[in-house]
Amino acid sequence: MIVTNIETVPGKQIVKHLGLVSGNTVRSKHAGRDIMAGLKNIFGGELKGYTELLTESREEATERMIEQARAIGANAVVNVRFSTSSVAAGAAELFAYGTAVVVE
Amino acid sequence: MYDLILFLVLLLLGYVFGQRAEKRHFKSIIEREQTLRDILVFSERRIPDEDQLEGILVSGNVVISVDFFKRFVASLRNLVGGRVSSYESLLERARREAILRMKDAARRKGATAVWNLRLETASIYKGAQNAVGAVEVVAYGTAVRQRR
Repeated sequence: MIVTNIETVPGKQIVKHLGLVSGNTVRSKHAGRDIMAGLKNIFGGELKGYTELLTESREEATERMIEQARAIGANAVVNVRFSTSSVAAGAAELFAYGTAVVVE
Repeated sequence: MYDLILFLVLLLLGYVFGQRAEKRHFKSIIEREQTLRDILVFSERRIPDEDQLEGILVSGNVVISVDFFKRFVASLRNLVGGRVSSYESLLERARREAILRMKDAARRKGATAVWNLRLETASIYKGAQNAVGAVEVVAYGTAVRQRR
């Protein structure tokens, strides 16, 4: 599965468009990380726990998008976009979407 | 009275550690930018001469929190309006760090350039009175390398 965020796949021709595919995940942080974050709010600096959490979530959203693309017979996803929104206090939604295509 | 003392202590801690952390972070950003200079980043979508290349999606993200002192300064600034420079430096740090991590991911995949860079900023942690607690910046793009 080739994933890009441009309209084409470099060095390959798109022969068929299969439409939009997307994947999402909603994650919330756990209490331990929240306490650390509270401390960091005083001293400033990187919140490593959150960085990891969001990286993992984004990977999972991408993974779900790829699965969906595979299920409809695509071998690449182009024009991928990410979006983040906080749906409730302490929870964030990570969303990945793109166009499933067949390339050769 | 105790509240005031606690507040002043937090302000001092935030000032001392926050300034130190920021200085150290900027130093390390500048160093790593030097070592990753050979990876070119473009926000252009069309890749010239793409026949012999292959593309992979790469991304880098970072969550950075602002310190207590800067948040207090920003809330004072809110009264009169104008430039909030304490948040400007926070966002600059976050963006440069995210781009560096993306470049690092591109290098690990053997790529020499990243096309169609996109940056996204989200405020993920709200403190008291909806003040900005921490921001997340994610940078992503299509890394290209020679087809094997």
